[in-house]
Amino acid sequence: MDTHRTIDAIWRIESSRIIAHLTRMVRDIGLAEDLAQDALVTALERWPETGMPENPGGWLMTVAKRKALDMLRRNKLRDRKYELIGREQEPWADSEPDVPEPGEVGDDLLRLIFMTCHPVLSPEARVALTLRLLGGLTTAEIAHAYLTSEATVAQRIVRAKRTLSATRVAFEIPQGPELKPRLSSVLEVIYLMFNEGYAATSGSQWIRPLLCQEALRIGRILAEIAPAEPEVHGLVALMEFQASRFKARVDQRGEPVLLMDQNRGLWDYLLIRRGFAALERVEQLGGMTGPYAIQAAISACHAGAPKAEDTDWIRISALYEALAQVSPSPIVELNRAVALSMAFGPEIGLEIVDILQAEPSLKGYHLLPSVRGDLLFKLGRLDEACQEFKRAASLTDNQREKQLLLSRAAECASSGE
Amino acid sequence: MRFMMIVKATEDSEAGVLPSKEQLDAMMRYNMELARAGVLLAADGLHPSSGAIRISYPEPGGKPKVTDGPFTEAKELIAGYTLIEVKSREEAIEWAMRMPDPHGYGAGQIELRQVFEPTELTEDPESQAQQYEMREHIERQKR
Repeated sequence: MDTHRTIDAIWRIESSRIIAHLTRMVRDIGLAEDLAQDALVTALERWPETGMPENPGGWLMTVAKRKALDMLRRNKLRDRKYELIGREQEPWADSEPDVPEPGEVGDDLLRLIFMTCHPVLSPEARVALTLRLLGGLTTAEIAHAYLTSEATVAQRIVRAKRTLSATRVAFEIPQGPELKPRLSSVLEVIYLMFNEGYAATSGSQWIRPLLCQEALRIGRILAEIAPAEPEVHGLVALMEFQASRFKARVDQRGEPVLLMDQNRGLWDYLLIRRGFAALERVEQLGGMTGPYAIQAAISACHAGAPKAEDTDWIRISALYEALAQVSPSPIVELNRAVALSMAFGPEIGLEIVDILQAEPSLKGYHLLPSVRGDLLFKLGRLDEACQEFKRAASLTDNQREKQLLLSRAAECASSGE
Repeated sequence: MRFMMIVKATEDSEAGVLPSKEQLDAMMRYNMELARAGVLLAADGLHPSSGAIRISYPEPGGKPKVTDGPFTEAKELIAGYTLIEVKSREEAIEWAMRMPDPHGYGAGQIELRQVFEPTELTEDPESQAQQYEMREHIERQKR
C-alpha cells in the first residue's frame, strides 16, 4: 500500500470534521484549514517512518488541536475560551486519541457548511470553498472540475476566507427566521455544484462526474446532520434520481441521449431506490410542498416509469403547476408547457411557449427554441421547427448539444422534402 | 467508484445466533459514521443459509439443479454486505479497516471487492439492449 495515497484517503475522510472542530476553537476558517494542513504535513513526515497510528483520524485531530492551542498560546489569547479548552484536555498527553462525540461532530460540520455557503460570498466562491473544506478536494481537483486554472480557484478561496473573516461571519447554526434563507443558500450551493457537473454549460464534456458525486455526497452528509429539514431530503432525492441516469445520458459515441430516449436498463436502480427513500422521508416530515421536494417528485415520476410511454404526464403537469406556485419562474413555465403537451397534445404546450417568447429572461436561452421546435415538429410545421432548432443550436456552447439540435434541424429539412 | 464490503458467515451466523448487543452497537455506530461521511449506499444482513436454495448448472446447457440449504462450508458463505461509494481504492480500504470485527471470537472476516461500473461490463449496444429487455421484463413481472 502506498502510504501517501493512504494518507490522502484519510485526509478526505477526516479533514472536514477536523477543520470544523478547529474553526470552533480559533473562530477563523482560513486559520483552521492552515492548522489542519499543518497536522497533515506532520503525518506525511512521520507516518511513513512510524507506520500508521491505530486511529489515524483521532491522531490528526489531536495534533491539529495541539497546533491550534500552541498558536492561541503564542498569540497570548488568554481568554476564557482558551482556558476552558486547556482545562478540558492536556493536549499532548495523547495516548488516548481525541474523538469528539458524534453529535458534536455533526453540529460542527453543519456550522461549517453554513459558513462556507454564507450569502456574503459569491456563488462561485461558496461552491469552491464548500468543495475544498467539506469535500476535502484539492485546489487542483476543483480547478479541473471547473475547467479553470488552479490559480483562479486558489485566489477565489483565499478571497472567500478573507471575506468571511472580515465580515465576522459567525460559526453557528442559524436560528429562528434566519434559518430558512440560510438553509436555502446551502441547498442552492449543493444543487449548483451538482448541475454544473450534470450539464456542463460549455466544453465538449457532457457530464463532469466528480462535481456530481461531491454534491451528492455533501447532500447525503447534510441529510444526516440536519435530518429534520424536509427540503434537505428533497434535494437529496432529486440528486439521487438525476444521478441514477448518468450512464444512460450519453450513448456509445458520446452523444447526449434525452430522457425519453434513454435506455432505462442503464439506469442505476440502487440510486432510484435511494431517491424514493429520501422522498419518503420528506413525506414523513410533511414537506412535500418545498420546491426541491416537488422537483424530486417529478423526477420520481420518470424513475418509476418502466417505459417512456408509461410516464404519468398528467401528474407531472400537476406537479409543475404546484412548483410554479411555490417558486414561479419562466423555466418552470417552460417545463410545464412540455409536460402539458405530453399529457394533452402539442397545441396546449405551444400556447404557453408562445407566451414565453416575450419573456426577456429567456432571451438567449437555447431550450426555449428547442422546445418550441419540438412542438412545431410534432404539429407538422416542419419549416418553422427547422428554424427553431437552428436558432437553439446557435445559442448553446455545449458542442454535443449543438450537434444534436442541428441534426434535428436537418431531420426537419429532409422530411419536409 | 463503488466497493462492497462482504462479511463472511461463521458457524454462529449460520446457526442463527444473533450478534451480541456490543457487536450490534459497534456496527450501528460504524454505519452511522459511513452515512455521516456520505459514502454509505446500502447495508444488509442475510438470513442463514438454512432458508436458502442453491441453483447450479452441472450440465452445460442442461437444466439447473436446485439444492436446499443449509450449506456446510460456512466460510464460503456470506452473512451480509455494505456497499459504499468512494473516490479511491485507498479510501475504500480505509473504511474497510474501520469496520468492527463482525463476529468477535476469532472468526470475523471481511472481504473488500470493487463493484464493476456498467460501462466496464459492456460497451456494445446490443448487450445493453438486452439488459434493457431484461429490466423491462422484471418490471412487468412486478406489476
